[in-house]
Amino acid sequence: MMDGSKGFSDAETGEQKIRNFNINFGPQHPAAHGVLRLVLELDGEICERCDPHIGLLHRGTEKLMESRTYLQNLPYFDRLDYVGTMNQEHAWVLAIEKMTRTEVPRRAQLIRVLYCEIGRILNHLLNVTTQALDVGALTPPLWGFEEREKLMIFYERACGARLHAAYFRPGGVHQDLPEALIDDIDQWADEFPKALDDIDTLLTENRIFKQRNVDIGVVTEQDIQEWGFSGVMVRGSGFAWDLRRAQPYECYDEFDFQIPVGKNGDCYDRYLCRMAEMRESRSIIKQACAKLREEGPGEIMARGKISPPKRGEMKTSMEALIHHFKLYTEGFHVPEGEIYAAVEAPKGEFGVYLVADGTNKPYRAKLRAPGYAHLQAMDHLCRGHQLADVSAILGSLDIVFGEVDR
Amino acid sequence: MSVDALNELAAHIAEKQADAVLGTDVSAHGELTVEIAPAALVEFVDWLKSDPTCKFSTLIDITAVDYPERDRRFEVVWHFLSMYQNHRIRVKCGLRDDEMLASITSVHPGAGWYEREVYDMFGILFTGHADLRRILTDYGFRGHPLRKDFPTTGYTEVRYDEELKRVVYEPVKLVQEYRQFDFMSPWEGADYVLPGDEKAGEKAGS
Repeated sequence: MMDGSKGFSDAETGEQKIRNFNINFGPQHPAAHGVLRLVLELDGEICERCDPHIGLLHRGTEKLMESRTYLQNLPYFDRLDYVGTMNQEHAWVLAIEKMTRTEVPRRAQLIRVLYCEIGRILNHLLNVTTQALDVGALTPPLWGFEEREKLMIFYERACGARLHAAYFRPGGVHQDLPEALIDDIDQWADEFPKALDDIDTLLTENRIFKQRNVDIGVVTEQDIQEWGFSGVMVRGSGFAWDLRRAQPYECYDEFDFQIPVGKNGDCYDRYLCRMAEMRESRSIIKQACAKLREEGPGEIMARGKISPPKRGEMKTSMEALIHHFKLYTEGFHVPEGEIYAAVEAPKGEFGVYLVADGTNKPYRAKLRAPGYAHLQAMDHLCRGHQLADVSAILGSLDIVFGEVDR
Repeated sequence: MSVDALNELAAHIAEKQADAVLGTDVSAHGELTVEIAPAALVEFVDWLKSDPTCKFSTLIDITAVDYPERDRRFEVVWHFLSMYQNHRIRVKCGLRDDEMLASITSVHPGAGWYEREVYDMFGILFTGHADLRRILTDYGFRGHPLRKDFPTTGYTEVRYDEELKRVVYEPVKLVQEYRQFDFMSPWEGADYVLPGDEKAGEKAGS
């Protein structure tokens, strides 16, 4: 029929026929920071909807933890956020120490602070430089990874592992630091600002980097509260919230450091925050080294039920030998109760909710990963942005899939 | 946060929300736990967010704990943080197997993924959740892994089949039984009859 009753469908112009386009971003995409699958609905270049599919790296950590002893569970924490590993072990040992009311010796506390800050720099170096890579800069990762390599050697010299440290133990740390290592870390801290300045000159005033990051992914105070943000995601928006200051744990309250905050809450401000935080961490490292030297050698483990006896003691004492055997087979018992212990991990608030039933295994352990909450807000942050901004936003959220998928 | 301040806060919450609150507890570790009735959940959370003394504006976490032997099998746990007042709270409620909970996504949009995770791991349904899909487990996964009756090894395993040129799912086959050693000290903790010790109880009894 040619009378027009069919409507005008065959007379539509090319522009009217355009429909929204769905694409899969990842799971094999270099800017997906691991195994993220984003289903993006695009209207031309504009992102209309963003649905992250996670769980491709799910290993059932929480289920596995229920059938292992408290000490056996410790290395699982290295495998969550595998970039700044010791910070997460810290949350686990803090939870156990609170439950068992263990007092950590002074030297162990200082070593923990020292290594947590090294972890923070490790993490920020990776994030800042790979975010630059996401928006097209190749050199920063090459320079940043050189510094990371040096830091991982400090990890290795303390505990024998470069990434999966298992160094913090309930009651202290596993091994004491040799004098030479403290000197080397101190010396590194003196040289580090130069490397940081180099990265600074590459990125901070770089025209392309600024065009890709300024005013992208703006986070407001309302977003922070609604989506449960923490860490740099909060501080980048001018909100000076840091658990190290607000709810101090370990001996952070006696260190002198600033909390850098951003102003606009965009990707660029978060980058600046991370750069400034690295400088603060460096200063904490310097202070920790000075304190360690000043206070001299000391105990690094609260000797008791939850920690192993000294090697020398085991050679002569039968009780010590039995204790050692029982500790590494049965493990120690944690009194019944529940606790939530949180630390300021490099990515935000990392927490452990531990339900103990008085046996040698946790009844339930919930790991609260900052990346999970941040990634959830992807849809909210990406809406209305260009496709190219998605990877810039993703980079500035600082996502590591080990902790998101658990 | 001092225990006194938490006690004060607990009293304030119990007074203002007498209908919702079933009990409050301030632990020796300095944590405030409030037990509420499931029906009052959304209103209570909304009040926690807006009340100027509480101002629990950030949702930290939602999770659940499975106690198969209890009548109210699940204990759902919410953690909130106030960045303004600098305090934390834990909200709990017991839930039976066949009951549903209201979603708090209308108050905290960030609850969406946490509720999806609780649904995925425990099978607890949240009414009013816009998109209650599984989140962490595989596409097409069956069962709820964090329930205590779900085996750690799971039910299926996957491998790449060279002939079919795709990944195939098969029932889990273990070459060796999943080993779960019992290291509990016979002097403390073990409440079963030790091997070779079966007659000891009879003798004591007779």
